[in-house]
Amino acid sequence: MRWLLLKDLQILRRSPLQAFLLVAYPVLIAVLVGFAISGSPEKPRVAFLNEVPSDSRVSVGTAELPEIGVSDRICERVDCVHVESRDEAAEEVRSGDVLAALILPADLVDRINSLSTPFPRTPKVEVIVNEEDPVKARLVNDRINSLITQANLVIAKRIAAEGGKFLGLVLNGGQFTVIGQTIEILGLRNSARMLTRLRLALPPGQLRDSIDEVIRFTTLARNNLDTAAPLLRRLSQPIAVDKEVVNTSTPPLEVFAIAVAATFTLAFVVVLLVAGSLALEREENAFPRLTRGLVSPAALLTEKVALGVGVGLAVTLLMLAGLALFVPLHWDRFGLWLLAIVGGGAALGTAGAALGAAAREVRAVSLLAFMVTLPVAFLSLIPSGTVGPALNDVIELITALFPFKPALQAMTGALDPAGPSIATALGHLAILVTGYGLLARFALRRFTAV
Amino acid sequence: MSVRGRASLSLYSSRQVPFSGVEARGLVKRYGDRDALRGVDLRTKAGELVAIIGPNGAGKTTLLSILAGISKPDGGEVHVPQGEVGWVPQQAALYRRLTVEENLLLFARLEKHEDPHASCEEMLELTGLAERRGEIVARLSGGNQQRINIAIGLLSRPSVLLLDEPSVGLDPRQRARLWEFVAALASSNGTTVIFSTHDIQEAERYGQRLLVLADGEALFDGSADGLREAVRSEAPEAADQDFETAFVAFLHHRGH
Repeated sequence: MRWLLLKDLQILRRSPLQAFLLVAYPVLIAVLVGFAISGSPEKPRVAFLNEVPSDSRVSVGTAELPEIGVSDRICERVDCVHVESRDEAAEEVRSGDVLAALILPADLVDRINSLSTPFPRTPKVEVIVNEEDPVKARLVNDRINSLITQANLVIAKRIAAEGGKFLGLVLNGGQFTVIGQTIEILGLRNSARMLTRLRLALPPGQLRDSIDEVIRFTTLARNNLDTAAPLLRRLSQPIAVDKEVVNTSTPPLEVFAIAVAATFTLAFVVVLLVAGSLALEREENAFPRLTRGLVSPAALLTEKVALGVGVGLAVTLLMLAGLALFVPLHWDRFGLWLLAIVGGGAALGTAGAALGAAAREVRAVSLLAFMVTLPVAFLSLIPSGTVGPALNDVIELITALFPFKPALQAMTGALDPAGPSIATALGHLAILVTGYGLLARFALRRFTAV
Repeated sequence: MSVRGRASLSLYSSRQVPFSGVEARGLVKRYGDRDALRGVDLRTKAGELVAIIGPNGAGKTTLLSILAGISKPDGGEVHVPQGEVGWVPQQAALYRRLTVEENLLLFARLEKHEDPHASCEEMLELTGLAERRGEIVARLSGGNQQRINIAIGLLSRPSVLLLDEPSVGLDPRQRARLWEFVAALASSNGTTVIFSTHDIQEAERYGQRLLVLADGEALFDGSADGLREAVRSEAPEAADQDFETAFVAFLHHRGH
């Protein structure tokens, strides 16, 4: 087997461009996919134009609320690119520098304040988006809706808080300042206390009955308004989230991205190399000569898979070492890395062998390998729950039948302790090695046709 | 094929091949509905040169591939010496991105030769490609590729050598060398050589026995003179023509 391995490496060395592409192309795809996944901005860039006058205040009744700082809060959640005009905002969106533009018009606060008047006007903010494709459109809409919801929540909370203060004043009394004048508010509680004292001084009769009636009203009002304040606070966010994580195997996003990149590289290198080198035996008419007693078909398959695993291991480790310069990796788990790469490589290699036995020419086999590996790899990255249940089941089935997903799980588990179980993934890969090995061995029978 | 006389056959002269004949009885092979072979018999002697001739689709390659153990017959029996059948396929079975030397070394190693380098040197001498040992095979002419193809087939030191249209793509001089070499193999080493060819003159000249196949059926098995006799009795008008014309008339008379 070692002579065949040497032969395949000699052939690979003789085709430097092919060898370079075999390594460079998947690495390039892997790095791009990795960056695309990890580089998804936590804080999307949004052009922000605040036309609201700085001295405008939201008012409740006759009282003005203190500055809410909506713009500051928005800019906490997105990467604000402050612009000076609508045209500039639109241009930023059009050029793709920002995901969207958010414009707070000058009359925003006036419209908010009009809500408590007989002639309410709906407050509006202006959003400029570039929906150049449906995916981006959905992303932008989700982001902007989230932002507006957050802004509404901030305002609602502040109004509720201010409303609560007024209720406290009505209940307990105190001082209230309006237009520079301080007014003393008696409050329901003090009123009831004073009426109770006054009642003791009154003889039984109609006046005392009336006082009793007022006392009952103030008590009733006080008791009900006691519950109104917390209710008002809850109104701004009636539903609280009690999150329970059922799958704790969530490694950091950067580590997952590296696992994706490494598995992409491993998959393409191994599948293409094994499928191509097996097809080459047929293209060169060498297979019948080899298997006439020099090498058994099973040994030839093993040699091809070993070639794929060996080259895949070298390329993947090199890539991980390169990425480790930018993202800290758990080098103490190096043994598990090797296990994941070898396990994944073996399953991908046997799958490549089955593909390699499907066509006579190396070019056809390479195309087939691409056509199978690329979509399966992308399907494996679709999170569960993001598509319909039936489609999700189909995707689960397809990705379970091809080694990419279990190889990715093994790689993620090997790279980070928070990753999924590497043992389960390796078990899955072992089943696939057996299945694809049998399939490849069966498919090799076609090779013997003269 | 460059042949340097019998002295160049040291690979064989160092090891006299014991007689091991080939015997095939009632071979049947089907590809779907088509019968590629229909009850073909063949029995060879040591050192015999047997030419298999016939039109396209006659079953020549199928018969050789069954004798080589690459295909299994659907009917009949084959007895060949275990592991001593060398096979040279019609299309060169070698690695075109390796050099001449790398190809020979690889197969010598796979054949588990004690000294693969020595075997490789012998074959380089035998094929006359010693000076081009470092060249990538893909850059060689078809004729030279065929030389290496045959040399690889000989590396197994076979007592029976199967050649599927070995002279295709060779120029007349290379053909002459090839047949000189093959004849020497048979006469000096007792190697049984069974070859297929489309070249009737070549079969007449080099084949001690001719097996005529047409549509999977063996129409004739005997010497070239015997075939002429058969033509004389079955198609007398072509008996005095050249061998190829006589052969075509024979096939026509037999309905092919």
